[in-house]
Amino acid sequence: MHSQPLVLGHKSLGQVTEDICAPMNRRPGFLWWAAFLASLSLLMVGGAAVAYQLSTGIGTWGLNRTVGWAFDITNFVFWIGIGHAGTLISAILFLLRQRWRTSVNRAAEAMTLFAVMCAGIFPIIHMGRPWLAFWMFPYPNARGSLWINFRSPLVWDFFAISTYFTISLVFWYIGLIPDLATLRDRQRPGLKRKLFAFFSLGWDGSYRTWLHYETVYLLLAGLATPLVISVHTIVSWDFATSVIPGWHATIFPPYFVAGAIFSGMAMVLTLMIIARKTMHLEDYITPRHIDVMAKLLILTSGMVALAYLTELFTAFYSGNPYEQMAFVNRLAGPMAWAYWIMVSCNVFIPQLLWFRRVRACLPAVFAISILINVGMWFERFVIIVTSLHRDYLPSSWADYAPTLIEIATLAGSFGLFFTCYLLFCRIIPVVAIGEVKGVLRHGTDHGRPRTVEPEREKTGPPAREPAVVEV
Amino acid sequence: MSQRFMLGVFENEVDILEATKAARARGLKIHDVFTPYAVHGLQDAMGLEPSRLPWVCFVLGLLGAGFKVWFEFWTSAVSWPINVGGKPWNSLPAFVPVTFEVMVLFAGVSTVIAFFLARRLYPGKTARLPIPEVTNDRFVLMLEETDSTFDVDEVREFLKSFHAVGIEERVTGNERR
Repeated sequence: MHSQPLVLGHKSLGQVTEDICAPMNRRPGFLWWAAFLASLSLLMVGGAAVAYQLSTGIGTWGLNRTVGWAFDITNFVFWIGIGHAGTLISAILFLLRQRWRTSVNRAAEAMTLFAVMCAGIFPIIHMGRPWLAFWMFPYPNARGSLWINFRSPLVWDFFAISTYFTISLVFWYIGLIPDLATLRDRQRPGLKRKLFAFFSLGWDGSYRTWLHYETVYLLLAGLATPLVISVHTIVSWDFATSVIPGWHATIFPPYFVAGAIFSGMAMVLTLMIIARKTMHLEDYITPRHIDVMAKLLILTSGMVALAYLTELFTAFYSGNPYEQMAFVNRLAGPMAWAYWIMVSCNVFIPQLLWFRRVRACLPAVFAISILINVGMWFERFVIIVTSLHRDYLPSSWADYAPTLIEIATLAGSFGLFFTCYLLFCRIIPVVAIGEVKGVLRHGTDHGRPRTVEPEREKTGPPAREPAVVEV
Repeated sequence: MSQRFMLGVFENEVDILEATKAARARGLKIHDVFTPYAVHGLQDAMGLEPSRLPWVCFVLGLLGAGFKVWFEFWTSAVSWPINVGGKPWNSLPAFVPVTFEVMVLFAGVSTVIAFFLARRLYPGKTARLPIPEVTNDRFVLMLEETDSTFDVDEVREFLKSFHAVGIEERVTGNERR
């Protein structure tokens, strides 16, 4: 494993810069425009739907007195979950010294940012009067001051999501600064160069700065790791602290965190397979990267499957008739189709990835990653809707079906996500140039080990080694 | 006051690492080393102290957490206590999640701000690069010509022996773009 190079094609340092920056200076191709216009159209459909539901009221949704949370909260949890894989790759794998992350961390972090943006929209719309969203913030006000209720998981969620977005943004930007400087120094004078110069903060590559930079990066990774776990834990508490059968379970935090990383990793794979093809990054995002991420999918799929089984076992073992009913209803009730889509996509289909040949076949991995995303969306739908629509009182049982407005809003969130992502691919290097350069020698058999032999320290110049980076 | 510098330009991290180590062993004064990416081992080669930023992170994180616990206690138990499901005014366990989030926010953001202040990085600052390629594929060792004992020719030979691809002398700082 370690003898394999992380970057293929024996690149020189200059070539890495060239390869990664080249797509940004080329005119976008037909595929990009097609994808961009499609995403923008979706975004506009979603924008119109949001404008309509805000001016009319959220009575335009299919919610009723029994099913008070459905599509919007499903979408919220789905998007937050997507974001988590970005932080996993950028922070947790950094702490675990997984060098392969360097090729994908920039794109995965961008995915996190855009996913959290999409997620943030839904609770804000759900408030019904989003122009009062600032009431979530504890500020001195003319009503008393009436403070927010710090005992409420919904308030915790507000703090978790805003902190998560801020830290992710800062982490992403810090990682970007050296690359912006690289872009600045290769750009012809003009507006673009001025912008790169502005945002690269006068970065000059001084090692004294690099030293602090590495420390900051390590600290942020160390902070982001517990943060990402706390965020989805708190999201799960939105449910687990209530008394609805199917929600009131102690397994929820780990179950949600594992599911989040599972869905996010699937989304990273979807995006990476597209990016390597359309941006010609085959040498940087290699089959090995796809292979490692597919293995992570098997792992997280197993964790999710374990959670599903534990939930079922606990429900039947508990002897609580309401809890048992909730799960019988999931397995065989009117929305059983959603449950079985979830199980098929999240548990059965990912098992195909055990086979090396499936992992090596990019179209297959791509298809599986999309199915996992579908399955994980349905997981949240199952948790939210099937738990709510039949709870303690049969007299208040109700069914739920989304309206076109809700579907348009979901489509709009995908539009927002992909519009942002496609723009990101055009204006910012999708692979972290500086970090890839650092691992360029990794695994090349004619590269000397990183630590230099101590006896050479004072004995003078080394013999000319074959220059590893420019074969 | 003018200062004189001797620049050695290198093509890969092995050379810069070796040259830096040897320069330090010879007692030459290393003004700075410029690299396109973080070369591991340079910290020891240059003899730099570890960054003190973790202290900023720790102290500000602690401050943020402390402030938030106080604020939650003050709003929920002092300023306007509200009975929520009969829970005690001072429900400390329920304050933990937000306290944690605020701690992370304070620690993370303040570390980054401290980093910018410590290295004087700010938007729109003009970068003073020794050579423009230093953000792409060149490594620069910048030696300070301290006094008359600095033998220019000898140092030139020294840099050359580490496969320097460019050697030049600069007067007063590194401003050339």
